[in-house]
Amino acid sequence: MVEAAAPRAVLGIETSCDETAAAVVVGGRQVLSSVVSSQVDLHARFGGVVPELAGRAHVELLSPVVAEALVEAGMDVRPPPRRGSTVRLPPVGEDPSRNLAAVAATVGPGLIGSLLVGVSTAKSLALVWDVPFVAVNHLEAHLYAASLEDPDLRFPTVVLLVSGGHTMLVVMEGHGRYRLLGQTLDDAAGEAFDKVARFLGLGYPGGPAIDRVAMEGDPEAIDFPRALMEGGWDFSFSGLKTAVITYVRAHPEVSTADVAASFQQAVVDVLVEKARRAAKQERAEALCLAGGVAANSLLRERFLEACQADGLRPFVPSRAMCTDNAAMVAAAGWWRLQLEGPSPLDTGADPAMGLCLAG
Amino acid sequence: MIILGIETATQQVGVALGGQEGVLASVHVARGRRHAEVLTPAIDFACRQARVELAEVSAVAVDVGPGLFTGLRVGVAAAKATAQALRVPMIALSSLDLLAFRVRYTDRLIVPIIDARKGEVYSAFYRQVPGGAQRLGPYRLGGPAELAAELAARSEWCLAVGDGALRYADLLSSERRVTLGTAGTAYPSAASLVELAQPRALREEFVQPSEIEVLYLRRADAEINWERRHQVVPGPAGGGEVGVSGSDRR
Ligand SMILES: [Zn+2]
Repeated sequence: MVEAAAPRAVLGIETSCDETAAAVVVGGRQVLSSVVSSQVDLHARFGGVVPELAGRAHVELLSPVVAEALVEAGMDVRPPPRRGSTVRLPPVGEDPSRNLAAVAATVGPGLIGSLLVGVSTAKSLALVWDVPFVAVNHLEAHLYAASLEDPDLRFPTVVLLVSGGHTMLVVMEGHGRYRLLGQTLDDAAGEAFDKVARFLGLGYPGGPAIDRVAMEGDPEAIDFPRALMEGGWDFSFSGLKTAVITYVRAHPEVSTADVAASFQQAVVDVLVEKARRAAKQERAEALCLAGGVAANSLLRERFLEACQADGLRPFVPSRAMCTDNAAMVAAAGWWRLQLEGPSPLDTGADPAMGLCLAG
Repeated sequence: MIILGIETATQQVGVALGGQEGVLASVHVARGRRHAEVLTPAIDFACRQARVELAEVSAVAVDVGPGLFTGLRVGVAAAKATAQALRVPMIALSSLDLLAFRVRYTDRLIVPIIDARKGEVYSAFYRQVPGGAQRLGPYRLGGPAELAAELAARSEWCLAVGDGALRYADLLSSERRVTLGTAGTAYPSAASLVELAQPRALREEFVQPSEIEVLYLRRADAEINWERRHQVVPGPAGGGEVGVSGSDRR
């Protein structure tokens, strides 16, 4: 008689900000399903994420999103019937309790009211199915996004993590072992995109808006400052944002496309140059891009060029893996489970959680 | 039929298991306001002590509010996930119904009051009927002073219970016909939840997890401010008296 192999699939849940997401990933690598329900439209009129509305939406959206992720992965959970529908879908696939190694959820950093929905849901599922619960750090999850699509992750890897909440350079020395080289001293890169886009009247979210408008502009038109280019590994973007505002007020006739293109160029110059230098100093094998801002076209292009010029292996995840998703949470959860085992069921959310750094 | 009840509408976390023979187990933790940390271990503990396997549970009852938003989200998310994983239906009940049910053996007008913060309270009126307490009007959000004035105007003997009644004890008890409940009746009870859910389960008055809605009664501040700035006429949930349908739908 052949004994059944231990399950290797992890159900990941992500609710740290304004994306409600669930995914099933096998062995930290093979994505069976990845469902993301974005709340962008809900928050757009406010020009930013409203925490209370995000929390409410997660409660409403998470259970259908989880059901969809399980069904897509071929696991036996019937999606809840839609309102007014009498159609009951037959069970499909296998019993999740026999096929899941763990249920993983982002516990921080993020919005407390949003995080709590994912954590409570994940712990309940783990309790009913009698499988381990794994608490995942959202930043660590972003670091694993690239390895999901390119399994050949080599260490040490320097990761440039750029999102609406974070801008950091991290050296990944092994699974679960990180060293923080530097981070932003004020605004995150994504925050700068949002603020400049709002000032230019380009709407929310700012990243895609600037990316689009900048295509029409001249990136050399205005020479915006590149802060901290020489000193250390930290970043600063609030001066750049102020420079944009000051410039536009002094030159009201300037083309918005030129401003957007020149601003984007300044941000990307700093990010790529620092990542490149960090890879050199750390003698890294690879350079990896992560976080929502990694969806920016110019950044992706310049990042790949830099890797090629320096002979580094590039890890640039697809846009879907850069923005918040649960596949990266499931992947990080799998490695956390291997390293540390299950997390206790009295785990709560930690909105200000930092990256667990190598000791 | 075993029902699992989850109640997190106030600073208390409550879990109970109920069967035809009554309440099989109940766990209540009122200190700390750590809903997410306490809830899952409390469910596990209640099941172990009552020797009930979660797989035996055939419905999940949940308190959908009104009450503390974060607490409610933890409880409702956990209840939905539990029902989803067990593939069982749900029963939704209101925190105010639970408070009234607990003190139903009185001829007085029963007025459960839950602290809504920001100087407001959630409340509703109930009267004893055979087998329970019947709600006389809508669930409401408003100032405690207005509620006290309304009770005074009714010139009727009242019993006010709940953490809101205790917080605004001075205001409410200035009227001699109003009696206040003790600290023991300050929070909704998960035991009441499973008791109230039992007859509904027998009548198969179930809802699916996707149909569960939190009873917020108050919209997000950002929405109210946005409408004020954009001169939108406030909807029914903008303040004052709101009905059950006042929960937030987009
Ligand atoms: Zn993120």
